[in-house]
Amino acid sequence: MNAPRRWMLWLLALCVLPLLLQQVGNGWVRIADTALLYVLLAVGLNIVVGYAGLLDLGYVAFFAVGAYLYALLASPHLMETFEWLAVMLPGGLHTPLWLVIPAAAALAGLLGVLLGAPTLKLRGDYLAIVTLGFGEIIRVFLNNLDQPVNLTNGPKGLGTIDPVTVFGHPLSRRLDLGFVELPSVTLYYYLFLLLVVVAVVFSHRLETSRIGRAWMAIREDEIAARAMGIDTRNLKLLAFGMGATLGGVSGTLFASFQGFVSPESFSLMESVMIVAMVVLGGLGHLPGVILGAVLLSALPEVLRYTVGPLMALTDGRLDPAILRQLLIALAMILVMLWRPRGLWPSPEHGSPAASPSKGAGA
Amino acid sequence: MTAAPLLEVSGISKRFGGLQALSEVSLQIQRGQVYGLIGPNGAGKTTFFNVITGLYAPDSGRFELAGQPYEPTAVHRVARAGIARTFQNIRLFADMTALENVMVGRHVRTHSGVWGALWRTAAFRQEEAEIEQAAHHWLRYVGIDHFAAQKARTLSYGDQRRLEIARALATEPLLLALDEPAAGMNATEKVQLRELIDRIRLDGRTVLLIEHDVKLVMGLCDRVTVLDEGRCIAEGLPAEVQRNTRVIEAYLGAGAA
Repeated sequence: MNAPRRWMLWLLALCVLPLLLQQVGNGWVRIADTALLYVLLAVGLNIVVGYAGLLDLGYVAFFAVGAYLYALLASPHLMETFEWLAVMLPGGLHTPLWLVIPAAAALAGLLGVLLGAPTLKLRGDYLAIVTLGFGEIIRVFLNNLDQPVNLTNGPKGLGTIDPVTVFGHPLSRRLDLGFVELPSVTLYYYLFLLLVVVAVVFSHRLETSRIGRAWMAIREDEIAARAMGIDTRNLKLLAFGMGATLGGVSGTLFASFQGFVSPESFSLMESVMIVAMVVLGGLGHLPGVILGAVLLSALPEVLRYTVGPLMALTDGRLDPAILRQLLIALAMILVMLWRPRGLWPSPEHGSPAASPSKGAGA
Repeated sequence: MTAAPLLEVSGISKRFGGLQALSEVSLQIQRGQVYGLIGPNGAGKTTFFNVITGLYAPDSGRFELAGQPYEPTAVHRVARAGIARTFQNIRLFADMTALENVMVGRHVRTHSGVWGALWRTAAFRQEEAEIEQAAHHWLRYVGIDHFAAQKARTLSYGDQRRLEIARALATEPLLLALDEPAAGMNATEKVQLRELIDRIRLDGRTVLLIEHDVKLVMGLCDRVTVLDEGRCIAEGLPAEVQRNTRVIEAYLGAGAA
């Protein structure tokens, strides 16, 4: 089977999936939605960590920036804080997602570059510590910017965020197509899927371009890359920026999907989880990264539904939250022991694209 | 009849703390030459090399490349200016294929950016095709095109050396600077390397060769400079240098001459 046809089949399967899942229960579609959001995040972080080899432990900050940007621009909160704004716009500030996505992408990208600038000379552990600090700074800001002017509403978070509206139909309401009824979670699923596909295509195109090769050269050997005339400063900043952009976009989706954001969603643990997805799946290899994101985001959720018997067996001592941490830690250890390059790493003898003669015979 | 030299450096000094690694080193490399830089261990050969290629900032010195004053201040600008180098301890992009390694070498002579990559514009696709073609050309040139799809780290030692040379050639350098290319090679590989460097010279390129292997240098180089303790102690044709008493002393110790 040729590659385009295989991809079409995959896409078709992904489109049918929620229709099957919603028969079982909307909760399952919701799990798929969350998984797609994490795929978007992992694909974005993969640009920074996988391609350019820059360990970023504060990635969730960009996710938070996107989420809060949409939350502020599409909820009544700013109206309540600034009375003059409420006077100016009596109808409320209902910025559509389609405007916020580019704005969030730009803002997060800019922050990515700003974070990248002071860390250019750092590598490995040192870079990880600085980015980790950056992630925490953003979270602390969100937690405390309810004073002196109540901008983020502090730990209480922002609620009543508008749902996404597509062709006049808010995705929070079910859509009756006559032959099939699509609940809200399924509608969001298709929106997320669309953006994931765009992100994966863009990421793949960057990977197989002059820019992508330069990133990988920096990852492999920075001194040799510079000796080949690669401006490592600009390219590292570009990687930070591109990765952050995707983080910001998925943040806006998250905010509209949840209808509520609070600093709690953007803890260090989230950053660590996204890094774990990228590493567990296969650093720098898109299919692996997607697999890692789906596994690590969906499996714990599935656990939530299937853990009942286990809890009953242990008199409730083994609750899902603990089990989740335990299983993820165990999975990481096993992967590092047996598949140190990830569950689905890039093929050993180069990419199939680089050797078309081999594929033609099969 | 003296044409302007391709590379002219004069009065380069470099000090690391209390160690004067280079003092007042000068040399001129003519176009089409294979220029040898030899000297015993610790003579300052690699330091000199790193200064020329922008890795270390010199304390003093003047540089001129192809008639243009040139400041080796940033490593990536040196490649753009036209000096490509290989490394004494091979530095390939180990997890990329041989082809991709050489394609990275084309980076500095190509221009497409994020926009072209994302939308696959006609200009982008044409440039990509040219990059790939050029990369195959240079792999064939050094004789390892059949390994194009293999990861660099899976190649044999000698082939890795060749790949590094192909990658450097892909930047279309005015001056190809090789840092001990024969280190660790067996006799057959050395002969092949010699043939390769000979061919690079025949194709009109200029080579700066740092080498331990005196036999290789004497057989290959048009001119030789000998460094010892950071100073230039002899310069001239290989045969002249070989008879120079100071050189023999530097290599074998005083009294040997």
